[in-house]
Amino acid sequence: MLALVVITALCFDFTNGFHDTGNAMATSIATGALPPRVAVAVSGVLNFVGAFLSLAVAATIASGLVNTQVVTLTVVAAGLAGGIIWNLLTWLFGIPSSSSHALIGGVIGSTIAASGGSAVLWHGLVSKVIIPAVCSPIIAALVAASGTWMLYRISRNLSDSARGHGFRIGQIGSACMVSLAHGTNDAQKTMGVITLALIANGTLAKGSNAPIWVIVCCALAISVGTYVGGWRVIRTLGKGLVEIESPQGMAAESASAAVILLSSSFGYSLSTTHVATGSIIGTGLGKKGAEVRWNVAGRMATAWVFTLPSAGIVGAGAYGLAHGVGGTIGVIVDLIVLAALSALIYYRSRGTKVDHKNVNAEWKGTVAPAEPEPAAAA
Amino acid sequence: MSWINLSALWKIVVFGLIAGAGLPALFAVGITSLARGPRAARTAGADSDVLVGGSVVGAAIAVLCFLIVLAAIGWGIYEVYQIGHPATHK
Repeated sequence: MLALVVITALCFDFTNGFHDTGNAMATSIATGALPPRVAVAVSGVLNFVGAFLSLAVAATIASGLVNTQVVTLTVVAAGLAGGIIWNLLTWLFGIPSSSSHALIGGVIGSTIAASGGSAVLWHGLVSKVIIPAVCSPIIAALVAASGTWMLYRISRNLSDSARGHGFRIGQIGSACMVSLAHGTNDAQKTMGVITLALIANGTLAKGSNAPIWVIVCCALAISVGTYVGGWRVIRTLGKGLVEIESPQGMAAESASAAVILLSSSFGYSLSTTHVATGSIIGTGLGKKGAEVRWNVAGRMATAWVFTLPSAGIVGAGAYGLAHGVGGTIGVIVDLIVLAALSALIYYRSRGTKVDHKNVNAEWKGTVAPAEPEPAAAA
Repeated sequence: MSWINLSALWKIVVFGLIAGAGLPALFAVGITSLARGPRAARTAGADSDVLVGGSVVGAAIAVLCFLIVLAAIGWGIYEVYQIGHPATHK
């Protein structure tokens, strides 16, 4: 039973890395600073390193959100199922929604289904998840906008191509920092959940830190997920929101990295997705004449608002199913349903493929670029 | 316990601006001064892709800027590591 939960958690971590490669690397890929394949590889390695850097966020998830006394393994498994399904759905539509909120929503939903609203530590939820979720994109946009403005101001005497070249080099550095920051925040969330499961199982004492094997497994899962790469989300972030030049890319990445690292060390489990999106919008605002596609931004914001409750509902449903069947068999039934749904979503995605070859095709309003060949039927 | 931690919030804004906007600005100063010098003037024009201009002072300022940026990043990572592992604090 415990093994099943840990495996589900690692699957979530994989989808997390997969979904969030875009946050770190979208702008570098869009400006051509790094070739797409190299970008995802570098990002994977740095996510691995980042996972070891700070454990503050894991502590928040493990003991700051729900009452660990009422949490059972079934609750954790159902919560994870909710998070995974929401992650895959948003990936299918190329929406960079928050993996963190998917996970937190799923766990809270299944906790409520199991033992009512009183088991949720609402204060922790609001002060460490919801308020940072609202503030962080705004702060990131502010930082990125001022950064962009300064970069263009300082480098105004450089020729366009020299400037592009110089900042592309800088972008490699800033993109690496974002990947590192992503590891400090997102890999932590799965560690937190596995720790929660271990506490629920009685393996660990209440309030313990994540054991080392948990850290290593999570770091590995997230970096493999990152390497596989969520090309659909990369495309929306890199091409859909704003057309990005390399100074903007560097400003956006530096802003994201700074905000995520700072928040991680305060134990705020913020969404790296929200921060990266805020930064990219900020660079659009900070440069004269740049155009922000507010309709794309609006679609994302809608998905953000729905992420917590939707993942919560799926989590609650998964708990209902597992509880109805009962015991270990119930969790296995849950996982079979989960696997079937994932396969279905994967199958659907084959129709409109986005990969490292067409990730930078011109934005025409859709996630999947038009066929390069003159396709007969639309 | 309050709902919103204002002291953490302003720290994130201020340090975010210093690290997230200040460091790339310093990098920009670096590449701008690196490109200064006689070679840049000769090949001036919209298409010039000269990164190293040839001015010694410019190059020195650039190296200084890049070093400050690297040092700041290293110090930042060290601080995050210290805060993130309270158990290992002496």
